[in-house]
Amino acid sequence: MTVYAAPGTPDAKVTFKPRYENWIGGEWVPPVKGQYFEDISPVNGKPFTEVARSTHEDIDLALDAAHKAAPAWGKTTATQRAAVLNKMADVIDANRELLAVAETWDNGKPIREPLNADLPLAADHFRYFASAIRAQDGDHAELDNDTMSYQFHEPLGVVGQIIPWNFPILMAVWKLAPALAAGNAVVLKPAEQTPASILVLIELIGDILPPGVLNIVNGFGIEAGKPLASSNRIRKIAFTGETTTGRLILQYASANIIPSTVELGGKSANIFFEDVAQKDDSYYDKAQEGFVLFAFNQGEVCTCPSRALLHKPIYDSFLGGAIERTKLAKQGNPLDTDTQVGAQASNDQLEKILSYIDIGKKEGAKLLLGGEQVDLGGDLSGGYYVEPTIFEGQNKMRIFQEEIFGPVVAVTSFDDYDDAISIANDTLYGLGAGVWSRNGTTAYRAGRDLHAGRVWVNNYHNYPAGAAFGGYKSSGIGRENNKLALGHYQQTKNLLVSYSEDALGFF
Amino acid sequence: MTDLKDPPAVAAVEASITVPGETRSRVALTQTTVELLRSLWEEHGPLMFHQSGGCCDGSSPMCFPAGEFITSDQDVLLGRLDVAPAGEPEQLIDFWISAEQFEYWSHTALLIDVVKGRGGGFSAEAPRGVRFLIRSELMDSFTV
Repeated sequence: MTVYAAPGTPDAKVTFKPRYENWIGGEWVPPVKGQYFEDISPVNGKPFTEVARSTHEDIDLALDAAHKAAPAWGKTTATQRAAVLNKMADVIDANRELLAVAETWDNGKPIREPLNADLPLAADHFRYFASAIRAQDGDHAELDNDTMSYQFHEPLGVVGQIIPWNFPILMAVWKLAPALAAGNAVVLKPAEQTPASILVLIELIGDILPPGVLNIVNGFGIEAGKPLASSNRIRKIAFTGETTTGRLILQYASANIIPSTVELGGKSANIFFEDVAQKDDSYYDKAQEGFVLFAFNQGEVCTCPSRALLHKPIYDSFLGGAIERTKLAKQGNPLDTDTQVGAQASNDQLEKILSYIDIGKKEGAKLLLGGEQVDLGGDLSGGYYVEPTIFEGQNKMRIFQEEIFGPVVAVTSFDDYDDAISIANDTLYGLGAGVWSRNGTTAYRAGRDLHAGRVWVNNYHNYPAGAAFGGYKSSGIGRENNKLALGHYQQTKNLLVSYSEDALGFF
Repeated sequence: MTDLKDPPAVAAVEASITVPGETRSRVALTQTTVELLRSLWEEHGPLMFHQSGGCCDGSSPMCFPAGEFITSDQDVLLGRLDVAPAGEPEQLIDFWISAEQFEYWSHTALLIDVVKGRGGGFSAEAPRGVRFLIRSELMDSFTV
């Protein structure tokens, strides 16, 4: 067990600056209007630094810098860009603890997660796209004896990216790695709930990239996000967030006739078939843990397995075990490596979760575990903590249909295979799903019948680079984490070449 | 401002009924919300709401300058709210939700409250350090 020292105390691994400006053109640039906002740590509810409250003037400066840098960066070789991505990955690895403390302090997540998941994955995503861009070939076709079609991948130029707050560094890297690998310059706006950890990262990696290739502008959506997303000086906008803002961003993109990839959340079903409980063995233990993963990252994951669907014959026994397992989840100081459930990322997030627990009760769902805000006392008293919560109900209830983004799971039963698939697909969303069965055929068929972009079979919450991630239905457009994502950041240039000396003969 | 120690939020303004065939208002505002909306109206001009779903800031009502968000046949006008003080000219705010989301939400009535918060989409109140929050009540029709 290790308890990392809190930022601001003598032994802390990271020291936040009292104030952060924007990172534009390879240097810190104060916001034009001179405004800043406080960044609050959800660990204790107290402000710990100030961050630029940017406006369209700052977005313009960042776009100027990006446009200045884009032509040369776009002409670098894949070898050169891959080397840059690999160097950034090395720096993340070398500063894992420092970045983990920064991430936990900014977001509230238990530090075992950034130490063992967010940061190793971020480094690996850079390395994956460094490899992918090296391995990417163009294309050619010999259309006839004299006519060749050559296809080249070209960068789009300058792209905008808007990042969510649930995995502030990792979600930024998911978007940055393919964009930079493909040779684009980026203007990135972090979430206003978690603007600081990415700035700690840029302090470490900023000099690896040529000035202006990556620009980070902080601020609120209406003041900084909109001028970025609606600018006619970007060639693509990427966004992770909710449906209304997603639609708004697609509307802005349509006005500029540019592509947009949007990842808009989910309400993922985690399906446990009867044969899971055939034996009380290590697989059963794994499946039980698979249920409890709803509390991973305090439920603040777009693919949170927030609907558990249990086969009727095992309903009572499986659920009983899962409740006991959930009770063991250790909630506490997010800087303690033994802590499994940390703080929700913001006060409004806490309030929203509590409002959903309230509507769940009003809808007639049965509260089986948790359901209360937690006061951890001492220095953590002002933090935003919620008990892991288990509801039993039916799929028409709003707690089964809306992404609560908290440690809350809604459980129901199913009669047979068709019933399971029908309930699981009865949702607006289609980002993730889980299938648990010892029977390979059942697992395979369910995986194919579920309308979701990512179906975990006999595992959950694994996000390795290489496995395509993205949504069906209202969960969005586009794929990340796979070389497919390069295509979201590239133009296709077709060079159609005639090697014939003869006129066409039309005129 | 609302926190857990405050008394339950109560409706100060109820929306007019805009869903065809219905007889009960679906949206209401707390007094705190009314005052915030009047202030945002002074800053941005006429306003609108679109109820969001999914992901980080989902389930939050997003407040925009009127017309900023383009609604379509895929949206339902859930209600129209007048936030003007008594005797003053109307200040009407339309509250929209996507038609597909309405199907799953139709058994609940929404009370829009305000809590301390940080950011959230492109919603107009975010720079004030507050967020609109939905509190829900059951419509009479809901049966399990």
